[in-house]
Amino acid sequence: MGYFAGLIFVLAALWLGLSGIYKPLLLILAGISILISVVLASRLETVDREGSPYGRSIPILSYWAWLMVEIFKANWPVIKACVSANLNINPAFVRVKTRCESDLAKTIFANSITLTPGTVTVEVEGNKLLIHALFEEDATPDSFDEMDLRSYRAADGKREEELAA
Amino acid sequence: MSELLDILMFLKPWVGGILCVIGALLALIGSIGVLRFPDFFTRLHAASITDTSAVTLSLLGMAILAPNWLVVFKLAAIWLFIFLTSPTGSHALANAAHTAGLQPVLGRDLRRPDNREEEA
Repeated sequence: MGYFAGLIFVLAALWLGLSGIYKPLLLILAGISILISVVLASRLETVDREGSPYGRSIPILSYWAWLMVEIFKANWPVIKACVSANLNINPAFVRVKTRCESDLAKTIFANSITLTPGTVTVEVEGNKLLIHALFEEDATPDSFDEMDLRSYRAADGKREEELAA
Repeated sequence: MSELLDILMFLKPWVGGILCVIGALLALIGSIGVLRFPDFFTRLHAASITDTSAVTLSLLGMAILAPNWLVVFKLAAIWLFIFLTSPTGSHALANAAHTAGLQPVLGRDLRRPDNREEEA
């Protein structure tokens, strides 16, 4: 039920933010379109922990804030490599293990790695990720450990209690 | 208080414009990287500069220049969707290349892999 409420709330906020015209007719049409979207989503059986992860908004948003700082820090060496006179890069494949269990946590972790300039997730198999890195010396498995832990906490933290409840 | 507001209003177009220009420069650097890097996988890294910092700074500059909050909301929505979709696209490209058997350039001396099978 919470998933439905979260989905309706987010759809309503999106509509109000994008429209900007608040006449009764348009508001009624907005209500109808939100209703159709929710009915279709529930018929597709996507209104669950993955399709409507708004219950974990605060951990995910705080993770996102941390990730933005990391992305801007990681931009700098790649920018230098792009404009330096000789190509000073050391590309390599790295294998990293993750502690994330759910698909949502794995997706967040793999997409965070891809978003960070200098590393791209090439393949995910079980709990192992194949990563292509622009600088082999920066991409040791330890360097992904904090991101792994943080994305695990953002998406999977307290999951056992949620499953038990 | 109103003086402070005046100063902020005077600075607004300058700050927004400078942020937009920095974003455009970063996009240019990303494009230069795409042209200069040796193979497919390394070029993906150069493109990710354009995907992340260039987009963020340009959209931030546009949000500062925006005439009302509705525009800011739309720019924020664009930013969110770019940050959700661009890593998915990069991953799809990298995974497709890896699955198809494209050998990457590896190591500091940038050894050229033997890709003749694909070229033939």
